[in-house]
Amino acid sequence: MKLTRALEILPKSLWVFHCNSGSCNGCDIEIVATITPRYDIERFGMKLVGSPRHADVLLVTGPVTKYMTERLRRIYEQVPDPKVVIVVGNCGASGDVFYKSYSLDGPVDNIIPVDVYVHGCPPRPEAIIEGAAKAVLLLEKKREELLKAGASR
Amino acid sequence: MSAGSHKTYRIPIGPVHVGLKEPVTTWLDVDGERIVKATVRPGSIHRGIEWMARERNPIQVIYLAERICGICSFTHIVAFLRAVEDAAKIEVPIRAQYIRSLVLELERVHSHILWAGVACYTFGYDSAFNLGMLLREKVMDVLEALTGNRVNYGVGTVGGVRRDLTPRAAKAVREMIQFYRREFQTFLDVVTEDPIARARMRNVGVLSQEDAVKYCALGPTARGSGLRVDLRHSSPYEAYGDLGVTPLVPQDYTGEVFGDVYDRFFVRVMEVVQSLELLEKIVDGIPEGPIAWEPKLPKVLAALKAADGIGWGIIEGPRGDDTHVVKLTRGEENVTWWKVRAPTYANAVSWPLMFQNQEIADAPLIINSIDPCISCMERILVSDARAGRSEILTRANLVERCREKTRRLMGA
Repeated sequence: MKLTRALEILPKSLWVFHCNSGSCNGCDIEIVATITPRYDIERFGMKLVGSPRHADVLLVTGPVTKYMTERLRRIYEQVPDPKVVIVVGNCGASGDVFYKSYSLDGPVDNIIPVDVYVHGCPPRPEAIIEGAAKAVLLLEKKREELLKAGASR
Repeated sequence: MSAGSHKTYRIPIGPVHVGLKEPVTTWLDVDGERIVKATVRPGSIHRGIEWMARERNPIQVIYLAERICGICSFTHIVAFLRAVEDAAKIEVPIRAQYIRSLVLELERVHSHILWAGVACYTFGYDSAFNLGMLLREKVMDVLEALTGNRVNYGVGTVGGVRRDLTPRAAKAVREMIQFYRREFQTFLDVVTEDPIARARMRNVGVLSQEDAVKYCALGPTARGSGLRVDLRHSSPYEAYGDLGVTPLVPQDYTGEVFGDVYDRFFVRVMEVVQSLELLEKIVDGIPEGPIAWEPKLPKVLAALKAADGIGWGIIEGPRGDDTHVVKLTRGEENVTWWKVRAPTYANAVSWPLMFQNQEIADAPLIINSIDPCISCMERILVSDARAGRSEILTRANLVERCREKTRRLMGA
């Protein structure tokens, strides 16, 4: 399925739980810019939710500090299947400027499996929207796999 | 949880929040709905930045300093650069000083509008939040036109700046000033004239003038308590000596000080208006000249390698005084040590005071009021020892409680 087609039909709006695992706030304010009027991803029904149990997507920013490792793992486990993990920002993907720090367990894929990486320090809101579009496709694929494996709706 | 039983329960908040907030853990001891005591445990996102700097040279540390905080990134690098320039005795050209002040003020505008929007969101005034965020995009556009980036600008370098103010960028700044003079009043009116917003913020999270001094509150938090403190006024740096900044305190406008969330809100919003004036002065008064002490990086690095001594850089960020101290050793390329004191840490000390005898519904607003970029709590656990039950309250519950209070006030 083409990316443009997926957004046209958008079978289910993504609900996103955002976990800051030690980021500098740069990505976090760009995420807020993404959901507010200029970029307005909320018009597709995508929104930030207050509990991981309500979420389809886990959005992680930051290089994962030692204190946050256990919390990140617990949050990941609370998100119901099927789920997609998006990492926003270079430091979550590779450590970036924080690469030699003593207090990091990251990057994020050391701790939980990651599906989509959005690069940039911080990424522009347009890039975050592209990441969300990729997550929609992945989520649909995962849902179909689960249904094929015999999961009930 | 019956009130008046004089038995307190401890509510842990955090460390994970959603939105734009950094993780921090807070424990609130509550008696019914009343907060008796508050404990704050910071440090969950400690990344060891000062330690990492010891393996990098000052030019590399600039990019690390920028990522201490993504909202006041330029504040941190200017403080760091001033410390390095102080240690190495490097003179910054006047045009570069003006450009630094320009970006600092633009950053203040975006930071304060962001904060004001989030404060409105916290007590359920979503239309004001979205209006604020929409207005903020204008200053982001100008920052992008000026520096090429929306958040971490990367324009500072030792001895100056890396990008000149082009006539086109100056025009964009002037247009932005006109835009805000036209549009920002709407935002100011919808919040300050609104009786519900006033009721939610007035007499909430009070920090008295004496306590602000005693607990070393900084920046808008101190000014909201009526203290006339502003480094741009008391120890001018960069171009601020030419601009004539006066500390903005609520008593000059309303005649009285409460030291509550409303006053802190008022100070920040009026500082946006003040920043517009400063920006106009900067764009009008910027002199011609070079924008860097030495444009060739190897020469700068050689000068820094030869430098020896301790340098200080203290500037007024959007949240308060930001202090950087750097030690350079002769013959060594890397920074020997580097110490950062960011304003939020000093301001967070006064949280327990602000929390006292407030309702749980006001907790997000109070946490938010010092502008630490924290207001959303992910989950709190309320345990009732007598009944032997515990229930999980999500951040959604907490915001819901906060909003419920607004509805109650509206009489709906």
